[in-house]
Order: sequence, then structure tokens, then C-alpha cells
Amino acid sequence: MTFSPELEARFAKMIASYPPGRQKGALIPMLLYAQDEVGAVTDEVIEEVSRRLNVSRVEVEEVLGYYTMLTREPRGKYHLQICTNISCLLTGGEELFQHACRKLGIGNREKTPDGQFSLEEVECLGACSWAPAMQVNYDFHYHMTPEKLDQLIDSLRKLQ
Amino acid sequence: MANMVTLTIDGKPVTVPAGTLVIDAAKQAGIDIPAFCYYEGFSVQAACRMCLVEVEKMPKLQPSCALPAAEGMVVHTETPKVVEARKSTIEFLLTNHPLDCPVCDKGGECELQDMTFRYGLGESQFLEIKHHADEKQWSPLVFYDPARCILCYRCIRVCDEGLGVAALGLSYRGVSAEIIPNKGDHLECDECGWCIDVCPVGALTSGTYRYKSRPWEMNYVPAICTHCSNGCKTTLSVRNGEIIRSNNRDRSGINGEFLCVKGRFGFDFVHNEERLQSPLIRKDGKLEPVSWSEALKFVVSRVRETIERNGKFAVIGSTRTTNEENFYLQKFARQGLRTNNIDHHRSGDVITLVDALAGRTDALATVGDLYTCDAALVLGADLAQQHPLLAYQLRANWRHHRSPVFVVTPGPVREDQYAARSLRAEAGGEVERLEELREELKARQNLVVLYGASVKGEAVRRLVAFGDSLGIPVKYVCLVDYVNSRGAVDMGLLPHLGPGYKPVEIPGMHLDAMMAAPDLDVIWVAGANPLEGGREFASKNAFVIVHELFLTETAQRADVVLPSMSLYEKNGTVTNVCGEVQRTKAGPKVMGTKSDLDILGLLAAQLGFDIGIPSQEKVLDEIRRTVRGYNVPLPVLATGGAAQAAVLNGNVPVDAQPEQVRPSGDTLFTSGTLGKYSKRLAQLMEAPGRLFQP
Ligand code: SF4
Ligand code: SF4
Ligand code: SF4
Ligand code: FES
Ligand code: FES
Repeated sequence: MTFSPELEARFAKMIASYPPGRQKGALIPMLLYAQDEVGAVTDEVIEEVSRRLNVSRVEVEEVLGYYTMLTREPRGKYHLQICTNISCLLTGGEELFQHACRKLGIGNREKTPDGQFSLEEVECLGACSWAPAMQVNYDFHYHMTPEKLDQLIDSLRKLQ
Repeated sequence: MANMVTLTIDGKPVTVPAGTLVIDAAKQAGIDIPAFCYYEGFSVQAACRMCLVEVEKMPKLQPSCALPAAEGMVVHTETPKVVEARKSTIEFLLTNHPLDCPVCDKGGECELQDMTFRYGLGESQFLEIKHHADEKQWSPLVFYDPARCILCYRCIRVCDEGLGVAALGLSYRGVSAEIIPNKGDHLECDECGWCIDVCPVGALTSGTYRYKSRPWEMNYVPAICTHCSNGCKTTLSVRNGEIIRSNNRDRSGINGEFLCVKGRFGFDFVHNEERLQSPLIRKDGKLEPVSWSEALKFVVSRVRETIERNGKFAVIGSTRTTNEENFYLQKFARQGLRTNNIDHHRSGDVITLVDALAGRTDALATVGDLYTCDAALVLGADLAQQHPLLAYQLRANWRHHRSPVFVVTPGPVREDQYAARSLRAEAGGEVERLEELREELKARQNLVVLYGASVKGEAVRRLVAFGDSLGIPVKYVCLVDYVNSRGAVDMGLLPHLGPGYKPVEIPGMHLDAMMAAPDLDVIWVAGANPLEGGREFASKNAFVIVHELFLTETAQRADVVLPSMSLYEKNGTVTNVCGEVQRTKAGPKVMGTKSDLDILGLLAAQLGFDIGIPSQEKVLDEIRRTVRGYNVPLPVLATGGAAQAAVLNGNVPVDAQPEQVRPSGDTLFTSGTLGKYSKRLAQLMEAPGRLFQP
């Protein structure tokens, strides 16, 4: 399979930036960028990436299972990741997550029927100073409260 | 030796080469450090922390499996601090472990059980509900129970490093971490089951053995695998006369722990319900079961009558019977039936090699040499498919010693993965390509050359001449296919050569000639299937006697079928592809069958042939006294060792008949007739496999 010209260019640059024989190092970024473009790490993506980097399929799957930001199933248009790790837990992350579940009517790692939202409970986002923290796709949102979450979801809904 | 270091372990001074791991140094001093992830011969993982030791002047406990020994190091392996640490390690390993030892296959031979017994505390601080994940079936032979897995990575490493298959990985994280197979929810691999054997716990279990037995209920019998010429030792676990499993955990024998799918799982043909358990005689055109005495009487009368009227005999021997049986069979034919019309299915040109190397010492490689040689050259063989142990040895030699492997084959082979050079050549044209490798080969200290059936006749001589021209010591392996193919040649199941390559005065017919001869009176097939694939004997009216395990094509044509034993059911010696003689012992029993030696012995007695006592020991004794090169030391055999027969001590001035060489074409998943009757092998999606394919 081929990716968009921009992504192909990015991959070419990435692969070339690893020393000879260490191309495997590009595995995680390639999977992530391929996922951004394709929507998920499909069988085809696995096949393609393993071929290009000369790693076995099982090695790709090792990485896929380990990193929660990689997904085999397409997520919602807006992927909400709410941290419930220690700092966020202490500042209401758990309630925030429960609130999101109720508001969207879905559970952890689920997707709304219209495909707009998906939800995931995640470990520390590295934003403890501004806990509770969450991410919508690649954007961070800090000092979250259930009210702020409502507003956020409503505004995203309006964007549709 | 340069660079030796001396350290002290538990008060004992130990001197080892620099770089030796402390755990190995301790072993040398007779001190056993507990370990889970450490596995001799494979890369260091340091994942389990079971091997922690106290090292003076080092602030923290050190994993001895990852710690190189250093001069003056003082190590303590069993201090209170160490014991405390090991207890904690076990406590952690048991947090989610189901502790279903009473029903776990590994119970009784589980390393985690043993360590818990040795160090474990009776209580755990964890009150949480154990994390559970369901068991999965990855193939007909491999099952995985993640709850029992201690994530030691042993399975991953033997599969990847050992075999080059790399079918297993580890994914997810924390308590959810588990081993994953290469095809999402299932395995597509060599199905060798080695991962199951090395698993220290009962996380990987085998389709043949699971929930069948407890380890202490079985008898353990040292046998030689009957499926290919490599001669792996396998320990059969036998209960009530039935083989329950086959493995080699004690690493005895030339193969250590290695076994391929056929050795580890292909034993079930023994108990296939189609096994012949009663002699059959053709009555009114149909094969009817009769008693042994009736069958033998029938054979005796027909044979005696044929001898009396000077009729023509032809004898086709087996590549799966013991040396003793082969020796006795050729004696039976030559001295009893008075014919040199004796041959077998030849699968490699051994004869030309023995002649070309006549008089040399150290010119034939052993299985061990493949692991120590400085380079290896493989011609015309798909080693990983056809000679799994030899392939394993070469890979291990490359892995541990970086000894290069060169291949010249008609198509892709697994050795290409790491070969220094891979050349493609038409079958039969391999030797012509060797000049291209001359410079690289010349630069090595020594070389082992392995050649398949496509290299025969003059090509073998050209190969030896090429080897000589390199100016380095070269050893050879003629790749034959069946468990006792070499033994059949060495014991003289040949029309023109007696035991020990001694030419006979008046050569008899070779196999093709027997098949084509229109005037044979009796055709005696002792454990072979020459009619496979619809072939026929031109002698339509010949009386056909067949010793067989199953009603093969040849047995169906027979007038008398005598149910014989498989190699697993008898005592004797066999000679592997490298000419190494090994002993195999009787494990299971199948009612109604007899060994070929017993069959021939009973008939010889009734026919009045004076060819010696048909006891395995007596015949072996005669072989050792009379067959060139076979004076192998008995203590070596008796202790489960392999002794290479020294067959290179004289020219073999006969036509080697290279046109009689026909490879079996077996892959990793087939084993001729036996393979067809192994349901386990037939079940595998990988079977029958293909040679020289990517
Ligand atoms: S059965 Fe053999 S080839 Fe298959 S995964 Fe296990 S070790 Fe690897
Ligand atoms: S399955 Fe067995 S060998 Fe493999 S990691 Fe788990 S415990 Fe170790
Ligand atoms: S390599 Fe050959 S001898 Fe060894 S287990 Fe496999 S079939 Fe048997
Ligand atoms: S714990 Fe939530 S961002 Fe660190
Ligand atoms: S054996 Fe050393 S860490 Fe596992």
C-alpha cells in the first residue's frame, strides 16, 4: 500500500535518519503516523510497515499491544483520553471520567454510534501540574471539571 | 587460555574465561543458582530477578545471569538477603498465578513449583482478586495459558534465536502482558513444540500431552527418532505400553534438547488403529488374518520350494530398521536365500563419497562438528526442512561463533536468512558454482560440506577435489534421508556391496532391476514401500512377502504380510546421516507385532539357515567384530552416546550406481509412510510443506 505523498516523504526522511541496519527504530512513529492517516493500524498497515522496516509481524504486534495510543480499530473523530492516574485521581480525574461516560453514553474504549466520539481512560499524560488533564486527539485540556467537559463536548458537537 | 579471571563463589575459588556470566561460573563450581529467564545457549534476558546474588563491594543485589565474572569478585549466592529477595520474587510471580498445580501438566516438573517449595512463603500479602485471562489454542499442538505465564521470554528466544522462526512475541503490559503468536490468534510455524518444553511453568502445553498424565506415572525410554536421518535422541514417556509424549529435557544425545515436530509429536503413528496386528495371508485373492505360526509355515514352505527349484529371489530392505536387522537380513538373503539381489531405497550417494575419501581419517563430519566447524557449505538441500537438527546446529554455530554458512540450492532456503553467501543453482549443477566461493572458503580454518541427493556420482568426486584444492581441512556429510539410511548402506543392503563396503563376487540386481525383472519368484520386502505412488513389480506372478506396520501399497500386493514393529518398539542400533551409531530402546508395545529380527530369526530356524543367533546383542557383537569401521565402543553406546563408524578405510571399487539415488522429498511435516499414519502431522495447516520455497 502507499500513503499520501506527504506521509511518504515523511517516512522516507524518517527511515533515512536511522543508522544503517537500525531502521527498525522508525517503527513506533511510522505506526502512529500511518494510524493518523488511515484511522487505525489495519492489517494492511502492519503488513506494509513490517515489510518496509524488515521486522516480523509479531514484532509489530508486540509494539501495538504495548502502546495504548496505537489502535487496531478506528476511533471516533474526537478521541477523548481522560487521565485517572495519581495526580488526576486526587483532583477529580475519576469523576471526570465517569461524567464523560454518562454524557456520551459509552464506556472505556468505546465509540458513540455516530462515530464522533470515543473515550479512553489513560495513565499519566505528563500534565500533572495542571491536573486533572485530558486530551482530545493531540490537544491537551487542563484543570478539567465536569462543567468544562460538558462545554468541550458541546462545542465539538457543534463543529460537526 | 588468555584472559582468565578468578572469582570466589560461596567461598570456592573459580577460574573462568573473562566474560563468563556469574551464573555459569557458579555452575562450573557445582553451585546451582535458581533462574527462570536464564537459558543456557540463548541471549541474556534478565527479566525475572530470580538469580539475584550478593556481590561484595556492590551496593545492590546483582542478577547473576547478566553479570560478567571479574577478577577478584566475591559472590555469595545464598545469604539471608538473597533468600529474602528470592522469596519476594516468587511472591510477585505468584500474585496472579492460578496455582492450579493439581491439574497443571507441569505439576511435578515445574520450575516455579520447585522454587516455591525451596523458598516460598506460605502466605501472600496480596488480597486482590487474581487477574485472569483465558487459555488460547494457537495450533493443534500448542496451547497457551496466559494466567500461568511468568514472562520469562524463553519460548520467544528458542523460537527466534534457536530456530530462526520467530513466531512468538510479547505484547500488552503490566498484568495484561502476554505472549502472542505470529498470526494474530494462531501460530504458523515449525510446530516443533520446543517452546512448550522450555517453558518453566505450565503456560505452554502440548496438544498431545495436555491433561493426559502426571510425569511420575510414566516410564522414560531413550529412543532414537524414527523420522529422519539426523538421529535425534528422544526420551519417550511411556505409560501402559503407550507413548504419551516425546521430548529430551535431559539434553542427552547429539541433539541436546532439540527435536523437530516429527520427533516431538510424530510418534502417534505407533498407536494408529490401522496398525497391522496379525499376519495376513492371501486366500482366494483376499488378505485374511491368520496366526503367526500359520503365516510363518506358509512362508517357509514357499521359500523352501523356491530354493529347491532354484527359483529367483529379490530382497528389498528397510531404511527404518536397526543395523542388527539390516545385517541379519543381508545374511539371510546372501547365505540363506543365496542371492545378492538385495537393495534398499537409497537417498544419497554415500558409496562414491566413501570411495573418494578412502584411507583418510577425520574426513566425515559428526553432528557435533557442525556446531564447532569454522564454516559450512550446504549443497542442494533445504536443510531446515529436510535435516532439522543439522540446520539447527549450523545456526547455533553461527549464533555463538559467527561461523559462516554458504548455500548453493535450487531455491530459497531458511539458511539464506543468515548465510554469508546464497547461490541458486539447478539441482545437479551445484558443484559447478563452487569456484565463486573459493576465495571466501579458502580463508576459513576448516570447512564442513553437506550435500544432498542431487550431488551424486562424478559430482561427488569433483566436490572432494574442490575441497582438497582449498588447502584447509574439509569434512563431509552425505545427506541421506531416513533414520537408518546410512546403516542400510553400511550393513550391505546393496547388490554389489556387503557389510562394510566389501564388494561381493557376483553382484545382484539393484532396486530398479528388481522392479523391472519379469521373472522373480519371490520378492521379499522387509519394511519398505517400493510400490508407493502406483508403481508395480514387473514380476506379476512373484510371491510377495512383506514386513510392514500398515497395509501400504506394497502390503496390499503381498501374498503374506507380517506385522512388524516400528523402531520405537525395539532395541538396537541405528546409524545417522553423519555415520554416528546410537542405541535405541524399546518403549511402547503393540500387540501381535514382531521385530524384523525376530521374524527373520524364526524363519531362519525353520528353514535351517545357519546364520547366527537372532538376538540383538549377538548380532551387534558380530557387526562389531566383522564389519569394517563398526568396532564402536560399547560403553559409549550403553551410556546413550554416539560413536562414529570409521568406514573410510579402503577403496570401494564398484559402480556406485548413482542413478539409484532418489531423495525421499520429505519436508519438515512429512515422513513417508509413517507420516501418512501420523494424525498429528496430518492435522497441521503447515503440512505437507514444500522444499526450496520462501
Ligand atoms: S512450536 Fe516451535 S516454531 Fe512454533 S512457536 Fe513454538 S518454538 Fe516456535
Ligand atoms: S509461555 Fe512459558 S516460556 Fe514463554 S514467557 Fe511464559 S512462562 Fe516463559
Ligand atoms: S530432526 Fe529428524 S531425527 Fe530429529 S526430531 Fe526431527 S525428524 Fe527426528
Ligand atoms: S497523573 Fe494525570 S497527567 Fe500525570
Ligand atoms: S535468571 Fe537472571 S534475571 Fe532471570
